[in-house]
Amino acid sequence: MKNTLRQRIGEQFSLITLLLWALRVGVFIVVLWGSINTLASGRYEASTWINLVIAGLAQGSIYALIALGYSLVYGILRFINFAHGEVFMAGAFTSVFVAEALERSGFFPKYPILTFAILLIVSMTSSTVVAVLLERIAYRPLRNAPRLVPLITAIGASFFLQYTFRGLYGSGFHTYPEFGQLWGVWNIAGMDIQIVQVFVFLASLLMMAGLYLIVERTKTGKAMRAVSEDKEIAALMGIDVNRVIVITFVIGGMLAGSAGVIRGMYQPQGIWFFMGFHPGLKAFTAAVLGGIGNIPGAMLGGLFLGVFETVGPTLILQGLGIPAANQLKDAIAIIMLVLVLIFRPQGILGEKLAEEKA
Amino acid sequence: MNDNNKPILELKNVTTHYGPILMLKDVNVEIRPGETVCLLGGNASGKTTTLKTILGMVVPTEGDVILAGDKISGLNTTEIVTKGISMVPENRRLFKRMTVLENLEMGAFIRTGSKGIAEDLERVFELFPRVKERLGQRAGTLSGGEQQMVAIGRALMANPKVLLMDEPSMGLAPFLVQQTFDIIQQINEQGTTVFVVEQNANMALSIANHGYVLQTGRIVLADTAKNLLENKMMRQAYLGEV
Ligand SMILES: Nc1ncnc2c1ncn2[C@@H]1O[C@H](COP(=O)(O)OP(=O)(O)OP(=O)(O)O)[C@@H](O)[C@H]1O
Ligand SMILES: [Mg+2]
Repeated sequence: MKNTLRQRIGEQFSLITLLLWALRVGVFIVVLWGSINTLASGRYEASTWINLVIAGLAQGSIYALIALGYSLVYGILRFINFAHGEVFMAGAFTSVFVAEALERSGFFPKYPILTFAILLIVSMTSSTVVAVLLERIAYRPLRNAPRLVPLITAIGASFFLQYTFRGLYGSGFHTYPEFGQLWGVWNIAGMDIQIVQVFVFLASLLMMAGLYLIVERTKTGKAMRAVSEDKEIAALMGIDVNRVIVITFVIGGMLAGSAGVIRGMYQPQGIWFFMGFHPGLKAFTAAVLGGIGNIPGAMLGGLFLGVFETVGPTLILQGLGIPAANQLKDAIAIIMLVLVLIFRPQGILGEKLAEEKA
Repeated sequence: MNDNNKPILELKNVTTHYGPILMLKDVNVEIRPGETVCLLGGNASGKTTTLKTILGMVVPTEGDVILAGDKISGLNTTEIVTKGISMVPENRRLFKRMTVLENLEMGAFIRTGSKGIAEDLERVFELFPRVKERLGQRAGTLSGGEQQMVAIGRALMANPKVLLMDEPSMGLAPFLVQQTFDIIQQINEQGTTVFVVEQNANMALSIANHGYVLQTGRIVLADTAKNLLENKMMRQAYLGEV
């Protein structure tokens, strides 16, 4: 009796494994087939691909900056702050008014670097204030509530913030002024490389390096890691857990605020109260992709998603004969997420959560 | 040592509840400076709860916890730790994804002077030469015995006046148990007051000055370790004599 049961479980297990493998091989073949078709058609030169990758890295680094906010908070509270997209919006939307004023007054054309610094400060401050208020007012009172409660609260907070900002700043679109110096191209080895994309990538990388240093090297960063592993023991070490949680929201807010300015410089149009939703969703995808709670994972997940959704439609979908492939980049991002989760449920760099929760 | 007769840590008529459930009833414990005191008792008798009550992780519903004359019950854990109590928790509870060195650093989180911290790090290395060899290793990958060393080291890094230990012998091979108790004795001789919770009564009483026995949340015996070792009831209930 015992034996047959075990056998049955064994069979079922191998059936699922078999199906998963069939799926994996299937996906691989489709991706390969599409790519080969596209490449064989000879419609694109190598420089096109390189440009697409660079554009993807630029887009991805904005996702990564926002994704870090999701991941940091998840790491500490095991909770998805679904209002984090609005934290990003708060910075971009507030700073666009300062940017417009500085342009009108003639300050911006004269001192573009100073303007950039001012915008960064304004945006990061606004985002941080929103993030900290969120934690204080919406999440802290629910710290010991069942997990679903703060999650739903976060969704509510997201709407609340959107419409608060609409009330504050109106429902119209705003446009970031153009940083003219960034809008040229560099000609490197016969390829035209957009300066702004390189700038966006490097600026984000700098922010992320800063974050990495804080988390790995400073006392506060170590306290953050300790709290994320075991709050009770962290408190036993004399770490003020509430303070560490606030600091986590502050850092997430600062990164989102910097992403707001960088997004404004890279894609000046469409700054309005709803602008946080879409990048928020993508960044959340990126965070899960990289392994939620894992800091390098969020960075990698963001870059990966950006590159994949920029290169993927042209490379894979066109080769499969799908028309207007570029409009499917969101679909491809989500398919990407599902696939990664099928292959690696814990995300690219995520550690096995099962063991940790036990 | 002129204050030797005044307790450094004292539980006075402490009663603790988990919600509506009574867990500790009228617990009185006195620990004098420089002593090793042990708290014995079977599973679920409330030993861990007693330590959590001292540290403010559980707030007593009645009675006071007093450290060096000052009432500390009612303060939060951070404040109590800052006043000079640290603990080696049940099951070690290291920060598994952090390195051994980072774990030790976390133990010294509340301290400022880097000189004192460096000295205590050296002291930990002297007690546990093995720990020094493993500083860069993730704590989660250490063996059980090594984890126990780091957990004790981490608690010492706070340079506590009183060191609380929750079942340090748990899950260790017999020769490691002996070694751990030797270390506890050594720590005590270096001047740290020790309050150790144990199920291994023989071992604990062999190094302690005083012992208390807890049964379903009440202290049923309190005496010098020597007397407890000879106590008839004690011998039957806890020391494995039929
Ligand atoms: N947070 C809590 N809420 C409710 N009951 C609790 C809580 N923590 C512990 N208890 C209960 O209190 C009782 C005593 O627990 P405690 O951990 O103090 O026992 P212990 O003497 O340390 O036992 P052991 O030797 O097994 O570690 C147990 O029955 C336990 O289930
Ligand atoms: Mg216990």
